[in-house]
Amino acid sequence: MIPRPFEYHAPASLPDALSLLQRYGDEAKLLAGGHSLLPMMKLRFAAPGHLIDLGKIGELKGIRQVGNEIHIGAMTTENELVWSPLLAQKVPLLVEGARLISDPQVRYKGTIGGDIAHGDPGNDHPALMLALDASFVLRSAKGERTVPAGGFFRGPFVTAMEPEEVLTRIQIPIPGAGTGWCYAKLKRKTGDFATAAAAALLRAKAGRVEFVRLALTNVGATPLKAQAAEQYLQGRAFDDAAIAEAARLAMSICEPSVDQRGDTAYKTAMAGEMTQRALRTAASRSQ
Amino acid sequence: MANSQTVSFTLNGKAVQAEVEPRELLIHTLRERLRHTGPHIGCETTHCGACTVDIDAMSIKSCTVLTVQCEGTQILTVEGLEQNGHLHALQEAFTQEHALQCGYCTPGMITRAYRLLQEIPQPTEQEIRYWMAGNLCRCTGYQNIVKAVQSAAAKLAAQPA
Amino acid sequence: MPDTNVVARERADQLQGMGCSRKRKEDARFIRGKGTYVDDIQLPGMLFGAMVRSPYAHARIKSINKAKALAVPGVVAVLVADDLKPVNLAWMPTLGGDVQAVLADKKVCFQYQEVAFVVAADRYAAADGAEAVEVDYEELPAIVDPRRALDKGAPVIREDIADKTEVGHGPRTHPNHIFTWEAGDKAGTDAVFASAPVTVRQEILNPRVHPCPLETCGCVASFDKPTGQLTVYMTSQAPHIVRTVASLLSGIAESKIRIVGGDIGGGFGNKVPVYPGYVAAIVASIVTGVPIKWIESRIENISTTGFARDYHGVGELAADKDGRIRGLRFTALADHGAFNAHVSATKFPAGLFSICTGSYDIAKAYCRVDAVYTNKAPGGVAYRCSLRVTEAVYLIERMIDVLAQKLGIDKAEIRRRNFVKAEQFPYVTAFGWTLDSGNYHQALDKVLKAVDYEALRREQAQKRARGELMGIGISTFTEIVGAGPTKACDILGIGLFDSCDIRVHPTGSVIARLGTMSQGQGHATTYAQIIATELGLPSEDIQIEEGDTDKAPYGAGTWGSRSTPVAGAAAARAARKIMDKAKKIAAHLLEVGEGDLEWEVDRFRVKGNPSEGKTMKEICMAAHGSNLPAGMEQGLNAVEYYDPPNLTFPFGAYVCVVDIDRFTGETHVRRFYALDDCGTRINPMIIEGQIHGGLTEAFAVAMGQAMPFDENGNHLGNTLLDYFLPTSMEAPKWETDWTVTPSPHHPIGAKGVAESPHVGGIPCFSNAVMDAFAHLGVTHMDMPHTSFRVWQQCNALGIDKR
Repeated sequence: MIPRPFEYHAPASLPDALSLLQRYGDEAKLLAGGHSLLPMMKLRFAAPGHLIDLGKIGELKGIRQVGNEIHIGAMTTENELVWSPLLAQKVPLLVEGARLISDPQVRYKGTIGGDIAHGDPGNDHPALMLALDASFVLRSAKGERTVPAGGFFRGPFVTAMEPEEVLTRIQIPIPGAGTGWCYAKLKRKTGDFATAAAAALLRAKAGRVEFVRLALTNVGATPLKAQAAEQYLQGRAFDDAAIAEAARLAMSICEPSVDQRGDTAYKTAMAGEMTQRALRTAASRSQ
Repeated sequence: MANSQTVSFTLNGKAVQAEVEPRELLIHTLRERLRHTGPHIGCETTHCGACTVDIDAMSIKSCTVLTVQCEGTQILTVEGLEQNGHLHALQEAFTQEHALQCGYCTPGMITRAYRLLQEIPQPTEQEIRYWMAGNLCRCTGYQNIVKAVQSAAAKLAAQPA
Repeated sequence: MPDTNVVARERADQLQGMGCSRKRKEDARFIRGKGTYVDDIQLPGMLFGAMVRSPYAHARIKSINKAKALAVPGVVAVLVADDLKPVNLAWMPTLGGDVQAVLADKKVCFQYQEVAFVVAADRYAAADGAEAVEVDYEELPAIVDPRRALDKGAPVIREDIADKTEVGHGPRTHPNHIFTWEAGDKAGTDAVFASAPVTVRQEILNPRVHPCPLETCGCVASFDKPTGQLTVYMTSQAPHIVRTVASLLSGIAESKIRIVGGDIGGGFGNKVPVYPGYVAAIVASIVTGVPIKWIESRIENISTTGFARDYHGVGELAADKDGRIRGLRFTALADHGAFNAHVSATKFPAGLFSICTGSYDIAKAYCRVDAVYTNKAPGGVAYRCSLRVTEAVYLIERMIDVLAQKLGIDKAEIRRRNFVKAEQFPYVTAFGWTLDSGNYHQALDKVLKAVDYEALRREQAQKRARGELMGIGISTFTEIVGAGPTKACDILGIGLFDSCDIRVHPTGSVIARLGTMSQGQGHATTYAQIIATELGLPSEDIQIEEGDTDKAPYGAGTWGSRSTPVAGAAAARAARKIMDKAKKIAAHLLEVGEGDLEWEVDRFRVKGNPSEGKTMKEICMAAHGSNLPAGMEQGLNAVEYYDPPNLTFPFGAYVCVVDIDRFTGETHVRRFYALDDCGTRINPMIIEGQIHGGLTEAFAVAMGQAMPFDENGNHLGNTLLDYFLPTSMEAPKWETDWTVTPSPHHPIGAKGVAESPHVGGIPCFSNAVMDAFAHLGVTHMDMPHTSFRVWQQCNALGIDKR
């Protein structure tokens, strides 16, 4: 219940945060919402000597439309995503996804940036980001780069971020008009990580798939883009047989870990079930 | 105490100060230094919600917040809901609807419901269950808690603004 | 002329006595966050204790090095077994007739077993100190599967009692054997099975689960050197028993020990045993001379405190072709963990398991429980179980469904055919229990009508034709609570009576103290209601106290739904002693004979002259004055120590409707209708709250709770991430109903109710899930019915594909 001692820093600006990060190197951890890091520190699974709290840095907040994209500050909380009228209108998949993360209290503190940067294969935003073709703005004392979500997630708790980088912004191309969406998440109870989840975007015209994206949560070492399923569905008539085949293709890339939520067979089958649910619901929301 | 700093915030409307190490959790500061034992500890993995307080208009599990993060914030605990001898509608409703038995989850539950009703004044039953799912109870099965929140919502809605 | 009945009713209403859903008196402090739970207590100079625990399930301790821990700033002391031996406290007797290590002596026998106790200035230093204690272990092979415990050559877990042929309950056959207990007529039952037209047999597991109250266990122990007085504020459901045990353990006179149970955040049986943390804190306080607080974490609570169940059962029924049960044979292998530490009446090491004939008229029965040690935490009797009644009722309610399925008889009908009939009460079961009262047919009929059972079965048939899974679960249970008659029920020689001490004040308000201990059951309200009706004084003015052993009369505490049956009876009888005296005073004041008086709500009236009377309030004042019958002492006080003549037998009929998604294994509880009969109902609102809570816990057990271990005895799911506590989203909605069949032997006819929903609920959910698969030939599935496990069943049947 009690973390080991550490030093706490609350920089007021991003350059200050970056120079602290540079100074303390791997003795330091960034504190975003703290609802992944602090529980680990309370159980003494993590014991960084320095915490750099990003909570006072104003430029890391905000949800705005910039051209054809939605830009979200990394320190935007799940609760802010849930209540955002802009997102409800332009990227409803993200609202649905955020609503299924953890519980109400955790959502007031948990941030989209923290959820992404943590690299936990059980987190929900990574698959949502893959499905949305999002990109991430990473800043260090040396400069800034923007990387696509695809390829960002390398393994359990491993991302493409360099040690001295801070994720500052998530940039999401606004899905085309009439695109349906769904995040289907099977879980043991509210607040649990996914047993398996599927994020889907789909636009059908005259019964044929015009646009589709599909990504899976917690059935591999990273979130999984179901590319084969996407390619299969593209242009195809959207019927039960196509949905079933897409689910089969999604299942074929799953390599879930075995835990109290289920064994490989179950989790893989559930990835298939969630794929079906997500595709059907997305299609029903497609105009 | 090595590395301690003074943190100032408002607790139930009063200015308070605490001298804490960075690693001190808000729940411990509230309960042990500031003697507000309303919020309780029921787990160490941020699940149970018994420690829920209200910080700057957000329901927060105070076991997963460092006191040093609370500089300059406005914190409300269950002890701050009764004003001038008048119970908050939620406190009355919890008694009227028998929404508590052992009382351990009750402070966190009421504090969370308080913020819920600020944000969604007339929640449906399903909304109450969804927005209160961060607070565990072992005694009541939640059914009367839902009724209490509904009852308080109706009462607050009927009050002149 | 006012209608005297109306006036009497109004006066009765004002008393807010028996039968009234008055609001609770205890709420006032809880809604303000002003409860006093043990972790709220701060005493001057208080230090904090943290346990160092074994990472291994079975290991020898080669060495313990305290040096680094003692060097941590704020650490004051580090206690190990060797420090407890000089005061004879390294080992303590358990409530089950065994001994348990307070701090591990030479070896550890379960993962997270207590090894050292670090005392420090505050909990932060204590945590740092605990991490710094260095223990060198030599790992040993662990026994995790109880079916391996009695193997020839199995590792010996309890070397400390290796030479003991008995551990409190009869001869042992193996170092890992604890006891074998049996009841009933084996030969007669075997004969029935040999000749029965139909027999069914099913292996049924009651998995290990944990009560997990929201508040963990803890204490503040304060030994005052100058006076030699030991005070322990404690999460204890049985403060007096703890006081007696503490005295036996420590050698401190019991009159110098004060145990204080204050506000307790849920018990559910988890807070009955005496845990090493309490003893370590007491010793630390004796050693340091200051108060010591010990509060366990949630992981410690789940991993080391009294778990529940872990009964590996075999159920057998012998019946006629029409489903009439002629014989019952139930056996169970009981995994008690490394020490037999749960509460155990001396004569009933397997608790009240022999209630397993349930609500049915079964002529011949036999049951047997073999208890073994394994390398897991100690326990077994806990979690709203009323002493193994959950295990027993689960077996019989599952087996009657198994029998029904084998014979193709409707599951409600087979119960009707086998119920003890209303006219058969009091009914003596094949195991010798005298069921005090009941009307099972009426309860079941009422429930089936309320849910329109016929329509549900029709709907089920239609859904089955479409390949959908819908289940209807029935549970018609009989509980046994209110331990109990001292001839049969004792713990370590202390009889399970209970008590009430009532003092009435001149102005007509009352203080009553009892030997039970509420952990949320609402005693401050319900006992006041009993006394209010008996004495004719408002419950609002009746203060109830429990838990402080300095003040409260001796009692066995609150567990097994015994408070109303035993202490509630004591309260009524103590009040009646007061009323006997009050009547004499009234007669004296009115200058009539006692036979000329009649009692109405809150006053004595002269028969035939109703304007002549004395209210109870008037009598209260008069009792403290000078105008009393010759030779009568002043005051209106009474104490009753009540030794119940029997236990009580609440019962119920529950129906659960589930819809199962055959593709994911998710079970949706569509409806749950619970009818309970607890005899006289003291506060319907409180009863309903208990039913909601007990059913939610039953739901958790049946549908999701498990305590998985790997083959080395490591816990695989001991936090709230994995241990299933339903949130407001998962918890179903409950419908409650009742019948009233008073207990003939109880002074107010009340039976106790809080555990019934758990006992009756668990088989109801299970039966519903099983019923959903019954048409596909499934006879039994073990709990928990998680989506994963239910899906595995669907997958095995080939129905999980579209």
